[in-house]
Amino acid sequence: MAMGNIFTNLRTDRRERDLNRKVQQETGAGLPWKEPSFLECPKCGRRATRAHWAESLYVCPNCGHYLPIGGYYRLSLVLDHGTFRELNGKIESGDPLSFPGYKEKLAASRRKTGLNEAVITATGKIDEMPVVAAVLDSRFFMGSMSAAVGEKVTLAVEYAISKKLPLIIFSASGGARMQEGIYSLMQMAKTSAAIARLNAAGGLFISVLTHPTTGGVTASFASLGDIMLAEPGALIGFAGPRVIEQTIGEKLPAGFQRSEFQEAHGFVDKIVPRSELKATLAQLLRLHQKGATRA
Amino acid sequence: MIRDVLKMTDALEAELAALEGDNSPQALLRVKQLQRDRTELLDSCTNLTAEDKVFLARHPRRPKIDDYISALFTDFFEQKGDRQCREDASILGGIAFFKGAPVTVIGHRKGNNLEENMKYNFGMPGPEGYRKALRLMKQAEKFGRPVITFIDTPGAYPGKEAEERGQGEAIARNLAEMSQLSVPVITVVTGEGSSGGALALGVANKVLMLENAVYSVLSPEGFASILWKDASRHGEACDVMKLTAQDLYQFGVIEEIVPEPLGGAQTDPKALYTHLELALERSLASLRKMSPAALEAQRYKKFRQIGQE
Repeated sequence: MAMGNIFTNLRTDRRERDLNRKVQQETGAGLPWKEPSFLECPKCGRRATRAHWAESLYVCPNCGHYLPIGGYYRLSLVLDHGTFRELNGKIESGDPLSFPGYKEKLAASRRKTGLNEAVITATGKIDEMPVVAAVLDSRFFMGSMSAAVGEKVTLAVEYAISKKLPLIIFSASGGARMQEGIYSLMQMAKTSAAIARLNAAGGLFISVLTHPTTGGVTASFASLGDIMLAEPGALIGFAGPRVIEQTIGEKLPAGFQRSEFQEAHGFVDKIVPRSELKATLAQLLRLHQKGATRA
Repeated sequence: MIRDVLKMTDALEAELAALEGDNSPQALLRVKQLQRDRTELLDSCTNLTAEDKVFLARHPRRPKIDDYISALFTDFFEQKGDRQCREDASILGGIAFFKGAPVTVIGHRKGNNLEENMKYNFGMPGPEGYRKALRLMKQAEKFGRPVITFIDTPGAYPGKEAEERGQGEAIARNLAEMSQLSVPVITVVTGEGSSGGALALGVANKVLMLENAVYSVLSPEGFASILWKDASRHGEACDVMKLTAQDLYQFGVIEEIVPEPLGGAQTDPKALYTHLELALERSLASLRKMSPAALEAQRYKKFRQIGQE
């Protein structure tokens, strides 16, 4: 008697569990989402735990491949703790050409990334030295230059001029924002003119090129730094490799347009590993301080 | 559409040329008839689509930089080379008189036949071309000459050597340096102006644009292939890109539209030169009154306000 009871209970339990599972699968409700604890390197294919990746600042612990990182995270790596103050965080792209489907894509991108635009501008301190910093975030429309990106960068440069602060821009961009057409193109002139004013006012501009920096961003503010730094292995160029291969009808050699190539051709002062970026920036800021002396 | 109209007018013109010198009454009658047909056809070219304008802007017989220089300037002296490594013939530059006063003239050069096209790389400059242009502009500043630039390019050349020598840096440097020039700068978009390769000669106090010229972030073909992965949809791209002079005038990107004869500049270049000369003279006269600081400030403000909410 007792035995029979156990079996019927088991049977109903199982039925209930199967039913629950079925409902969960159909509605997508109640399924616990677990962050995968391993992350695979897109280059070497080896997996490492998330903790390992975070420890190595998202540089592959196995092969040294650099993963792109988000703008806020990037700033947290170089700015002193607690000094970050965002500038003009509310500026967003409009839809100047009324381009079909653009508004929806923008909204989706905002939802997905939590960002308002492809650039974050801020003030903060590096080793207690105040700076103005801008970071292009490649998760948002490939960090492409929209009117809002141009406007935010220009405002940051103007802020650096008026407060006599050094400016650091971390670039990562696919180039122009196609959906904003001529407005996107004109941001090249606008941002470059602002950098030219900073230059005329004697301000310091450090440009840090990260993967990938191409098109209209390379052909404007990103190339105009007093000091040019690059992360190892970053793609840096004006035309994309695919366009060049199509134009000249031959394959490009390995390493073409990478940081090391740009350094060899005289367009980059130094290639700086992610882990040494803050120390290098601090060194450069000290070298440019008014009345700088070395104790 | 405009393509078909121009084909018909070409046929009429060929017949007209054949009848030239023939003084018989029948021939004269026929000439009258043909001329009337031609005018009628061209009169129908009033509502051009963006795609028509792209076609006209690239028309092989459209006036080129050499034509503008010989029609509007005198005593042109060409200056070559970037003084660093080479001469890039896809940009033509030099000193000339405009209405009796010296100016520096710079512009993209495409050439008029295939041989010239190849020689000038179809008007696609490498970094050396932009560095030459910058050298000439700095020199113009030294001698207080206004700078007049003509834009007509499919874009900067996407080649291997161009990348090795810093195409991006060369364009960026031009944008920054042009914005600081202490002399008047006037740009005329005469044909197609595509991408940073066009803008690198275009940071001006005043930007004029011919009625059927186009100016855009990328060529319609490149635009379609980037956005839709299909270059054959360039016709559709022309419509959504808003690249005509009329669109850009509304956006405040350009200051003035220079009218072209019906059916495009190539049907009657002399009429175009008259309009262009007047427009240039007027712009130059107003800019000459400004101080160097005012010129820099006006140029900065002009680009500063594009895309400002």
